Amino acid sequence: MNVDLLLYKTIKNSKIDLILSLPCIMLKGLLQVIEEKNEIDHISITREEEGIGIAAGAYLGGKVPAIVMQNSGLGNSVNAIKSLLQLYRIPVIFIMSHRGGEGEKILAQIPMGKLTPDLLDLLKIETFIVDSERNIKHIQTAVEQSLSSGIPTGILLKKKLWGSL
Amino acid sequence: MKRFDAIKRITELIDNEILVCNIGAPSRELFNIKDRDRNFYMLGSMGLASSIAFGIAIAKPDRNVWCIEGDGALLMNLGSLSTVANNQPDNFTLIVIDNGAYGSTGNQKTYTSQKTKLETIAEGAGFESITVINNEDDIILILKKLGKGCHFVKINTSPGNAQVENIQFNPEEIKERFMKSISN
Repeated sequence: MNVDLLLYKTIKNSKIDLILSLPCIMLKGLLQVIEEKNEIDHISITREEEGIGIAAGAYLGGKVPAIVMQNSGLGNSVNAIKSLLQLYRIPVIFIMSHRGGEGEKILAQIPMGKLTPDLLDLLKIETFIVDSERNIKHIQTAVEQSLSSGIPTGILLKKKLWGSL
Repeated sequence: MKRFDAIKRITELIDNEILVCNIGAPSRELFNIKDRDRNFYMLGSMGLASSIAFGIAIAKPDRNVWCIEGDGALLMNLGSLSTVANNQPDNFTLIVIDNGAYGSTGNQKTYTSQKTKLETIAEGAGFESITVINNEDDIILILKKLGKGCHFVKINTSPGNAQVENIQFNPEEIKERFMKSISN
């Protein structure tokens, strides 16, 4: 099975029932599968912080939302993570592609790419690294953990997941 | 009319509706005028009121969701207007109380006090129902008539905050009673 389909199936089999997304070239395949299958509610957002607001509202109304986005969007999300999600204890799953890591060819992606692990740490977002098909199953653990602890959780999809660098 | 008067009128009409309210003075005023379990008071994340309300509207399609937002806060999250208008929930009313000022921080002017018209931006974003209210007496009449749909309502007021007490709940209490009240 290809990686995007495997990612999709794992998300589908978790409790996630709403996806809010902004595109990234690394997420192109996954977003295409989400659209084609049309089984999980999916809403395009205009900015990551907006997605956090929608996700928070959807959770309050009983949904299990995930935000699919590029790691660069974490910078746009800092205040909403602290003063909405963590303040009220609202679990939201961040499924992030990690641009600016190993094998990155675009110079502009590198500063935020380098900062991302430290920033997640500083934000106290426990993050699961997914860099091979074998650990895609971490998504399931991340969702369970986020829901039981009531705090946002991250999943960082590495470039290596889609093949050699 | 000030924000406090506008919120008072809105709460005179409100019944089963879910209400999400902007951070700062608006939430404090709402708390003091009419506290209810179905009020979600924002304590942080300025600008996200319409997004939170939209998320609730998706999750609760059978419930009407109203959102009280300010002009300064909406200017921080204009993309939300596109997202809401394109997804068009039929249970969503965004009520922007436009006093042309950042009311909670000392009434510094916002751009809506100059050239910017939020109703024109909302129309451009794709909202089909747009109403501007200038008179306090019209608030109840107009809100009553709206019914199902995805509505943008702007109430023009002058700046100024009422002297009211702080919200007596902590964030988790606000969340828990709110979730419980809308869970069935």
